[in-house]
Amino acid sequence: MPKRPGKVSRKILQHELVPEHRLLSLEEAAEVLRRLGVKPWQLPQISVNDPVARLLKAKPGDIIEIRRRSPTAGEAIFYRIVVPQ
Amino acid sequence: MAYRPDFVERYVIDKIVFGILSPTEIRAMSRVTVITPELYAPDGTPIQGGLRDPAFGAIEGGERCPVCGNTRLECPGHFGRIDLARPVVHPGFAPKIASLLQATCRACGRVKIPPERAKYLLAILRRLRDRWPKLADNLVKEIEKEAASRMECPHCGARQYRIRFTRPYYFYEERPEGSVRLTPIEIRERLERIPDEDAELLGVNPKRARPEWMVLTVLPVPPVSVRPSIVLETAQRAEDDLTHALSEIVRINERLKKSLIQNSPESIIEQQWELLQNAVAAYIDNELPNMLQLVHKRRRPLKTLAQRLRGKEGRFRGNLSGKRVNFSARTVISPDPYISINEVGVPYEVAMTLTVPIMVTPENIEFARRLVLNGPNKWPGAVHVYKAREGIKLDLRFRQNLKQVAESLEPGDIVERHLMNGDIVLFNRQPSLHRMSILGHIVRVMPGKTFRLNLLVCPPYNADFDGDEMNLHVPRSPEAIAEARELLLVQKHILTPRYGGPIIGGRQDYVSGAYLLTVKTRVFTKEEASRLLAIAGYRGELPEPAILKPRPLWTGKQLVSLFLPEDFHFKGRAKINAGDLSCDSIECFHDSFVVVRFGKLLEGVLDKKAIGAEEPENILHMLALEYGHEKARDFLDRVFRMFIRMLELRGLSISLGDLEIPEEAKKKIKEVLDKARERVLELIEEYRKGTLEPIPGRSLEESLELKIIEVLSNARDEAGRIAISYLDPFNDVFIMAKTGARGSDVNITQMAASLGQQTVRGRRISRGFRTRTLPHFKPGDLSPEARGFVRGNFRDGLRPTEVFFHAAGGREGLVDTAVKTSQSGYMQRRLINALQDLVVTNDGTVRDAYGNIIQFRYGEDGTDPMLSYHGKPVDIDRAIEYVRSAKQASG
Ligand SMILES: [Mg+2]
Ligand SMILES: [Zn+2]
Ligand SMILES: [Zn+2]
Ligand SMILES: [Zn+2]
Repeated sequence: MPKRPGKVSRKILQHELVPEHRLLSLEEAAEVLRRLGVKPWQLPQISVNDPVARLLKAKPGDIIEIRRRSPTAGEAIFYRIVVPQ
Repeated sequence: MAYRPDFVERYVIDKIVFGILSPTEIRAMSRVTVITPELYAPDGTPIQGGLRDPAFGAIEGGERCPVCGNTRLECPGHFGRIDLARPVVHPGFAPKIASLLQATCRACGRVKIPPERAKYLLAILRRLRDRWPKLADNLVKEIEKEAASRMECPHCGARQYRIRFTRPYYFYEERPEGSVRLTPIEIRERLERIPDEDAELLGVNPKRARPEWMVLTVLPVPPVSVRPSIVLETAQRAEDDLTHALSEIVRINERLKKSLIQNSPESIIEQQWELLQNAVAAYIDNELPNMLQLVHKRRRPLKTLAQRLRGKEGRFRGNLSGKRVNFSARTVISPDPYISINEVGVPYEVAMTLTVPIMVTPENIEFARRLVLNGPNKWPGAVHVYKAREGIKLDLRFRQNLKQVAESLEPGDIVERHLMNGDIVLFNRQPSLHRMSILGHIVRVMPGKTFRLNLLVCPPYNADFDGDEMNLHVPRSPEAIAEARELLLVQKHILTPRYGGPIIGGRQDYVSGAYLLTVKTRVFTKEEASRLLAIAGYRGELPEPAILKPRPLWTGKQLVSLFLPEDFHFKGRAKINAGDLSCDSIECFHDSFVVVRFGKLLEGVLDKKAIGAEEPENILHMLALEYGHEKARDFLDRVFRMFIRMLELRGLSISLGDLEIPEEAKKKIKEVLDKARERVLELIEEYRKGTLEPIPGRSLEESLELKIIEVLSNARDEAGRIAISYLDPFNDVFIMAKTGARGSDVNITQMAASLGQQTVRGRRISRGFRTRTLPHFKPGDLSPEARGFVRGNFRDGLRPTEVFFHAAGGREGLVDTAVKTSQSGYMQRRLINALQDLVVTNDGTVRDAYGNIIQFRYGEDGTDPMLSYHGKPVDIDRAIEYVRSAKQASG
């Protein structure tokens, strides 16, 4: 079933196309869900096997905050829920 | 048909669950078993046990249903069945059957996964089902893959074989002794052995479906209302395709039954069984690959179940996504620059066919009476009257005493009156590619047979008048009317959300007219100025003339300025600001930098960049954005008429004379082209001798072609430059090209100098005959004229070979557009399907119909592109300019 490939290098975090990911604490995650008025599964998803998610040691159900450069807004914040795969 | 809400209990659909009908269910709902392919007895009555058995439901008037006792209005129709002599595979489930067979043990029927792990996976799967059904499906695929790969059963240890599935319904087991076909009976037995939990693990919900139901033992026959027969003029009956398909199934089924009873040889039985399988599959989908189609006498394939649903005219695209509607009209469009952009000209004939219901009130009862008195054939009149008290509908088309009806009107009645001036309608041109393809227009009824459209609204519809037709829809309820007025009116769509700029605006003659009106050299006498202002409906005083002596004269810029708001400022390059006329300062000598200060057009000509459609950040854009769509509409309705009138006063026309160049120029062009030809021949010679320097990364042939194309392209451009330098830069051809009204330097070059190299697929034309393009040339001739270089121009004419090459290049363009439209149309459909229920919610997030978040802030910055400056939320330079001006104004 879900295959876990080999180790992920931390160097990918330095790559210019990899935006900043941050694992939210339980309180922060609850606050995000409250603010948006959504259930966890209504958020966009990210696989536990995503290289960055693995580096953050994210578990299914965690929420990851992603800050990325945006051509319109300068910086845009996204949230993704970690899903099993 | 007779829907009577009083007697009907109402339920709200909470959810829909799909499953597979079990043989038990099919038998339970069946009211008749079909055992004969015959439909009618010789006397014309339906045969019992045939496909038109009365038990299928009442459809004829006066007929009573033997099953439910209702007439055809109330009888819902009843199912029957065909008991299949031998089971057959349902072709729609065949791929699933293949994976089920592969994933389960051929001996014990268990899924080929160790018990502990199966239990664990089932727990995960059940949890995923609730929250992430998509992921559950993925997991099922993984489980299938894992189970299929095991060649020994973890439960009973039986050896497993690979299952080979061949579309549409053949299954083979690859045994060591060879490949063996699995019959539907064997398949069904194997599927029966799969326990419920294992089925669930493989994606079959055991509450709704059992794997073995995918192999049919009994076929439900739909009621006649699903497959009605029609009576032809010859009084013959023509049956529905479904009935034909079913009758074929019954015929084969009965033959097979007989063979089984008679203990016929196995080969005969196999053959008939195969036929039955084919007929049932075709009944479900008659377009399966590698299968015999069921056909009519005339070899027309039958339209069976899947064909009813699929495709452009199928149930989904033809009846659910799009339907035919009433209260609509369609006719050719033609232009009318003297109606408002908000209006549409509607022919009397159409206005007297389309109706709007109005409720009679004490206030409008006299008006309503006048309408009724006019009747259906005199505009403005009325077609129907609903008498509220009596609860009846009067059709005035068949009623002479209009006077009596008019007098009987009382408040509460409803009059269906003709379409009248001031009504709002929806106007549409296909393809409806963006939201501005349907706009709200105010009706203006007029003589003629065409819809009239202001030319400024052509860009959003992409309309022209070479025979285009458009559709018109009348909103009838107060809600629909209000919605059309508030949201759809043309003036509210001057700006497009597509790129943040105006999509409505001038094209072609409007652009030339604007230029001619505002050029420095043009001044008007009082009479001329008055004429122009009159067409714009200007009622105020004339401004101070720009020139006082010897007689008062006004500039076009002054006239345009009368319609600009007093606190309006604008700066920007004109379209003519290019080449010799380029200039970026406000002190522009060429009049190619537009400056508006305090509502006065101080310098710069108005052309495509200033007043054109689809030109973001032009004057129109700023007016619409900063002064509202009402002001923008007013500007479009008045000033643009002045542009057209200017053109009518001066006249704009081109002739051969505008493209005439002196002999001297022709000689120069000839020299340039001759020199290029010589150079090309030199290159070819070098190539033949092998001394040609190849371009890095290219073969010798490619290098030669590239070099030739470059030489010839430069020659053509040089020829164009020479021609243009001899032409009058202020003739009408150039006015149109420079202002962006129509045509370009390339077109002028092609008319006056040379057409240049014609290409097919970006290469010189090289195909046709084996080693040459045309028999006019020697085999292997690589010279310019043999490979599609056209020396000639449109003015002087082309040689026969040149015409041929030009046509070859031109055809490619036509093919490209045809291919592109079909491809982009398909892409558009898929995009719309994917995006149609996304919505920007009040908190700024973008969500789908289930509340799933797609974007956390619309466009990441929350900007409405329609109200943006070409995508930017603010125009900083413009804001600064305004602060400066405000300071200046206050002293
Ligand atoms: Mg057309
Ligand atoms: Zn009935
Ligand atoms: Zn087994
Ligand atoms: Zn200049």
